[in-house]
Amino acid sequence: MNAIAPQEYKSDLKPIWCPGCGDYSVLTALAKALAELGRPREEIALVSGIGCSSRLPAYTSVYGFHGVHGRALALATGLKIARPDLTVLAAGGDGDGLSIGGNHFLHACRRNVDMTYLLMDNQVYGMTKGQASPTTAPDWCESKLTPLGPGVSPVMPLHLALASGVNFFARGFSGNPNELARLILEGIRHPGFSVIHVLSPCVTFRPEQRAWKQAVHAETVPPETEPAAALARFAADDGFATGVLFAGTRKAFMPERATRREWRDYEARFAA
Amino acid sequence: MDIDLSLPQPAVEAAPDGAAAFALAITGSGGAGAMRAGEILLEAASRAGLYGVMTRAMGPQIRGGEAAALLRLSPAPVSAPADRFDLLIAIDWDNFTRFTEEVPLGPTSLVLADPDQGPVPQPVADAGARVLPLPCKALVRKVAGGRANMVALGAAARLLGLPLALLEDVVAAQLGRKGDEAMAANRAALALGAAAELPELPHRLSPAADRAVRWTMSGNQATGLGVLAGGVRFVAAYPITPATEVLEWLAPALAETGGVLVQAEDELAAINMAIGGAFGGVPAMTATSGPGLALMTEALGLAVASETPLVVVDVMRGGPSTGIPTKSEQSDLDIALHGMHGDAPHLVLAPNGIGDCRRTAEWAVGLAETLQTPALVLSDQAMGQARAVLPPPPPATRTPGRRVAEPGTPGYLRYVVTDDGISPMARPGTPGGAHVADGLEHTPRGAPSAAARDHAAQLAKRARKLEGFDVGPDWADAEGEGNIAILTWGSPTAAAREAAARARALGIAVRVISLRLLLPAQPDRLAALLAGVDRALVVEQSHGRQFHRYLRAFYDLPAEVEVFARPGPLPIRPGEILDRLSHWEDAR
Ligand SMILES: Cc1ncc(C[n+]2csc(CCOP(=O)(O)OP(=O)(O)O)c2C)c(N)n1
Ligand code: SF4
Repeated sequence: MNAIAPQEYKSDLKPIWCPGCGDYSVLTALAKALAELGRPREEIALVSGIGCSSRLPAYTSVYGFHGVHGRALALATGLKIARPDLTVLAAGGDGDGLSIGGNHFLHACRRNVDMTYLLMDNQVYGMTKGQASPTTAPDWCESKLTPLGPGVSPVMPLHLALASGVNFFARGFSGNPNELARLILEGIRHPGFSVIHVLSPCVTFRPEQRAWKQAVHAETVPPETEPAAALARFAADDGFATGVLFAGTRKAFMPERATRREWRDYEARFAA
Repeated sequence: MDIDLSLPQPAVEAAPDGAAAFALAITGSGGAGAMRAGEILLEAASRAGLYGVMTRAMGPQIRGGEAAALLRLSPAPVSAPADRFDLLIAIDWDNFTRFTEEVPLGPTSLVLADPDQGPVPQPVADAGARVLPLPCKALVRKVAGGRANMVALGAAARLLGLPLALLEDVVAAQLGRKGDEAMAANRAALALGAAAELPELPHRLSPAADRAVRWTMSGNQATGLGVLAGGVRFVAAYPITPATEVLEWLAPALAETGGVLVQAEDELAAINMAIGGAFGGVPAMTATSGPGLALMTEALGLAVASETPLVVVDVMRGGPSTGIPTKSEQSDLDIALHGMHGDAPHLVLAPNGIGDCRRTAEWAVGLAETLQTPALVLSDQAMGQARAVLPPPPPATRTPGRRVAEPGTPGYLRYVVTDDGISPMARPGTPGGAHVADGLEHTPRGAPSAAARDHAAQLAKRARKLEGFDVGPDWADAEGEGNIAILTWGSPTAAAREAAARARALGIAVRVISLRLLLPAQPDRLAALLAGVDRALVVEQSHGRQFHRYLRAFYDLPAEVEVFARPGPLPIRPGEILDRLSHWEDAR
């Protein structure tokens, strides 16, 4: 099945990312996952918003859409519902997905369309040069915009996703691309909406995130299948457990469509 | 030219072709069934061979609340609002004064009112209308389960000369499911109304001699049909008054014709979903009103930059902000034309009548697909929520449709710079066509680029697509001749046509030019239509003269221009346009 090499899923464009940025490894892991999946490039589409992380589609060789800030999930939802035959992925940062696009995140979880979302979390707005994001700690004081720290409690993507009805949630670390590739592939294969929460350090604005290498730890308990049980189990989650944390059993959402009639049948109804 | 245009208002006004038209209103509080009575009357009139239109005046209540069904019926197609109502039937007077301005009456009007429902409101008395009693509620008391609106309906049918049996048929068709007992009560109540002591009207409506096919539809349904006929099979929806019916009509129609409608979480999602669907190769649209369009403007820019075809219907209502959600205004023209960031060539179209919603919406899909850019369609509440019996609207202008990339196109470049500016789109799934559609400025291949030359080349290509495209003669409707022109767009077109017809009957030649395609502007084509015109009356329903400013920005106008611009919600009536023309004459 593994007929296409991972490299074939990458484009020849040179990423604009800073040297050492975690996003390089996300690209590597994604290419590896797609190669494992084995679908031809043209049957895959990757949609993103705006941010350093959202540059991902240009560096792949699949169909892509680099849209506007925060709307990747909405655009991907439209694409998947219009074209159920495609494998659809979306990608973007914590700002893109949880701040400006937060509403779409919540509704993508509850809508449960069969697609996979790479939430590339660096707890900062990288592209706009280092402001606090919804996942930033309240006492992080390095941003000129909030020199005293953002002062508000961060969003926990896992809790938010579970409370919103997500059907699959895994956490990976860009520093462990092999595990990440496996998680992405599992997410793609799992029916419904899958979130892959990727810890992907911003070495430029959050150099201390280099220490994430030591913080992450593989989850050994099998994934929960009931949201309530998962919320209870992960109530005190430290945010660094990697692996599949939740694998639900909800049916993916796809509206029915039939071709019983022609549009002219509808026109005829207006004739007296 | 000193012709007296200030006609004494006859009881029956001339419809555009000179045939008689009759205007009546049925009003009552929530639950009185005024709207239902109006719908039944419109349908009965249609079956009797008449044309007509029904609009609604309503209070702000979600359910119930005072309401008036406003009808105009004629043996010839008619859709403009009447100058005055010939007949007003008040089942009761509950809060009638909230919409007195929308039901103009005069000395020639006849008012039938239930004397048990309180005194005639002052504005009605002031209008000098003749008021006669029609004790709907007292009459219907004799009928177990009988309803006052059926008495009103019976009386209206009598006055109009519509056979009672016809009314019974329509009532059975619309309300038959309520059971035999209810039907018997309805029949008895109708008969009571028809037997009431009523004067003879000066004119009766004789059904048209032709038995031509008539369609009955609302503007919002016509818009839905238009996009469906145009090939749209993906719709993302977020409800908003007065656009929701477009989406509600499309939902079941799409589900049976191989398409799909998704309810989105907001307008930001709706338009981005539609862009996703269109990128996937399925013609896509969404419908909204002013506040929703405002939320969509960022993504409209994305559709322009990424060259994704898309139709956005805006059924306009009073604005800004939440404004007057249930009533009409033409005040979203500015945002439609200029609301986008960057240099963003796009299409703006506007239907100019209820039937025209169908063809304009269909054409919008064709243009958007052909030119790979978003098309905004500006309908409005007056057309959208009005129901009309009308001649079948003509089909839309043909368009080439989406230019697609063949599988395995060697060296495929999504945004390749071409002479006509149009580059083939590869549908996902096409081998060799993988690319990234991008809202970032890009190279011909679609790679992000901040280079001046790429920006210039892509801007020019996107502009060229629209500028160079031959839109054909349907970009505007023009009729009549002479040195006076009425320049208008959208729903006031019906009133302009009727005013022009009446002016012509008085010996004044008037042209009516109604623009269906507002962007890209067509200066040469308008110049041709205006040849020989030295005076123009601009007619629009906005306070800020948005259409006039648009005309000044894009076109050469005749030496003398008058503007008749009034905000919603009051419709522009034919007599008011005629007045403007006549004052102009007087001032000479
Ligand atoms: C509507 C809009 N608002 C603001 C911006 C500016 N902007 C670009 S990227 C970004 C945040 C990016 O942060 P994140 O999504 O976390 O991605 P990262 O760059 O960290 O990968 C912002 C605010 C924009 N492009 N569009
Ligand atoms: S700013 Fe941060 S997130 Fe952006 S490319 Fe550089 S390291 Fe990566």
